[in-house]
Amino acid sequence: MLRLEKRPSPSRFWQGATPVLAVVLTMIAGGIMFALLGKNPVEAIRTIFWDPLFNAQYASYSRPQLLVKAGPLILIATGLSLGFRAGIWNIGAEGQYIMGAIFGAGVGLALYPVETRLVFPLMIVAGIFGGWLWAMIPAILKTRFRTNEILVSLLLVYVAQNILASMALGLMKNPEGGGFPGSRNLSQIPSMANPELIPGTGLHWGVVAAIIVVIAAYIMLQRHILGFQIKLAGQAPRAARFAGVSPERLTVLCMGISGGLAGLAGLFEVTGPAGQISIDFNTGYGFTAIIVAFLGRLNPLGILLAGLLMALTYIGGELASFTLGLPSAAIQAFQGMLLFFLLAVDLLTNFRIRFGTKKEAV
Amino acid sequence: MLGGINPAILIASLMVASVPIILAAIGELVVEKAGVLNLGVEGMMIMGAICGFVTAVATGNPYLGFLGGAVGGALLSLIFGVLTQYFLSNQVATGLALTLFGLGLSSMIGQGYNGIKPPPTGVVPLGPLSDIPALGRILFSHDWVVYASILIVAAVWAVLKYTRTGLILRAVGESHDAAHALGYKVIRIRMLAIMFGGAMAGLGGAYISLVRVPQWTDGITAGAGWIALAIVVFASWRPWRILLGAYLFGGITVLQLNLQAAGAAIPVQYLSMSPYLITILVLVIMSSGKGRASMNAPAALGQNFHASR
Repeated sequence: MLRLEKRPSPSRFWQGATPVLAVVLTMIAGGIMFALLGKNPVEAIRTIFWDPLFNAQYASYSRPQLLVKAGPLILIATGLSLGFRAGIWNIGAEGQYIMGAIFGAGVGLALYPVETRLVFPLMIVAGIFGGWLWAMIPAILKTRFRTNEILVSLLLVYVAQNILASMALGLMKNPEGGGFPGSRNLSQIPSMANPELIPGTGLHWGVVAAIIVVIAAYIMLQRHILGFQIKLAGQAPRAARFAGVSPERLTVLCMGISGGLAGLAGLFEVTGPAGQISIDFNTGYGFTAIIVAFLGRLNPLGILLAGLLMALTYIGGELASFTLGLPSAAIQAFQGMLLFFLLAVDLLTNFRIRFGTKKEAV
Repeated sequence: MLGGINPAILIASLMVASVPIILAAIGELVVEKAGVLNLGVEGMMIMGAICGFVTAVATGNPYLGFLGGAVGGALLSLIFGVLTQYFLSNQVATGLALTLFGLGLSSMIGQGYNGIKPPPTGVVPLGPLSDIPALGRILFSHDWVVYASILIVAAVWAVLKYTRTGLILRAVGESHDAAHALGYKVIRIRMLAIMFGGAMAGLGGAYISLVRVPQWTDGITAGAGWIALAIVVFASWRPWRILLGAYLFGGITVLQLNLQAAGAAIPVQYLSMSPYLITILVLVIMSSGKGRASMNAPAALGQNFHASR
């Protein structure tokens, strides 16, 4: 008989080892899934995890994509992880990401054709504000009316998508676009563009911001009182309240930070890789970031690695659909599977598995 | 502005529009009554939608399609059950994973099913009853799922209120430790509840792809699962109020679709977002004030159970 025994404290070894184990298990299960689809599993896994980085033919294109895709994922996931640690579930990052892009692009388009260096910083501020504002709705409703923040933040994603469609088809439509939906191409306007900073690396301002945010979050969690309060509220809510941590303040702060960072990611995406406000410029980074946050064990440095890995599956998935004809949705299922395995093997962190029954009478 | 809309047809289509939400919400209500919070309703619904669609197209039989949808939803919920009940994973995170996985898997299965028409689900022949003016259109000219959804709500209400099974289920949801001490198999009961919830969500999803739309497109459920979760809160965990909440939501959906069709002066996107906004508004009203809904929430909701003894 297998039996679970609670560990007195979480195992440090397994905390680090579970994400690796989960990735390995996902590769095995994913291989089975690809085999069922009639693809060679070894080739499929190699195409997803190896070829984007080291294949002579494709690597020159796909290697820079790694940072392009990891940037927004890391930015959003770092913000989300703070709330998740404190038991505040902002799962509407996709909506905040869209609103950040709309606010940022809106400021830029309103100022068009002004050509000063000040436009881009202004757009960044507007992007953060847009995401923050959108996250404040569930935060305020939660603190004022005790409304469930999970449902409100998620439902607001659908509202944001509709606002995006209305912007792309109406208010922000390119007047010189010949009637096609979508805004002016921001990435081609020098004062508003978020260009590749070092050619061939994929490094853009969003990646720079992601690295800064990861370092800041790490320092905050390790050294700052707010980081301590976040951890305390998550692990022992009652103790946190006795220690004078205000749950309302923490909710507003965590939601605000994660919303602002999601908005920032949206702004960098719409001015760089995506280029314009269009009906579907958002590609679900806000949802994938949830997986990234967990895969990184809600730890900023872990999220940095997890974001890179998840970006790799995106690029590898595209490559596999291009070279092997693997359905593009397969990679989404693959990413979901990763989260399943991660949650399952997390058991090893908090419990010991013992064989045989306990000796004392049950 | 509403001149061109026939109220009888409006009410009849409102009933059809709310069926997926009723089914998914009543399933989730049972799950939550057992003390489990499954946020994967959206994922289970869309799996039901594609499994039901594929089965119906393959067999040419809509009834087998609905069965396939229920099985698809239940199988997906089994993953959630095993992870949360046996591997003791966080229910919020696992539910989210279920939704993300379900969306991906469904769109993978659904490759090549775009643009196909499923076999039609016929209206239940009620003879002369359906010829009654207005009332016949509203009450007696629906397919069997519409009636089944109301019967299921009634059955869940009766079981929870009057039977021993219902009492045990509620006990597990209120205090799993007490239920365990009395000798009830907490994990087993919760697994059964989770699978019932999955089957209901799958059935609701199949209704979307087989009757309501009826065809397959990626992301066809469009947040219906999340709205079902909100309706459970709105209903303060009472079965009959699910019906009320779902009809309210269905009414708004149908109304805004009619306004879109009638060419109202409001842009389409603002009409399309109205059901979500109103759901949020209703959530706020229900969760604030003295008689707030959360007082009714099962006490052990979202907590995992590990028998230490």
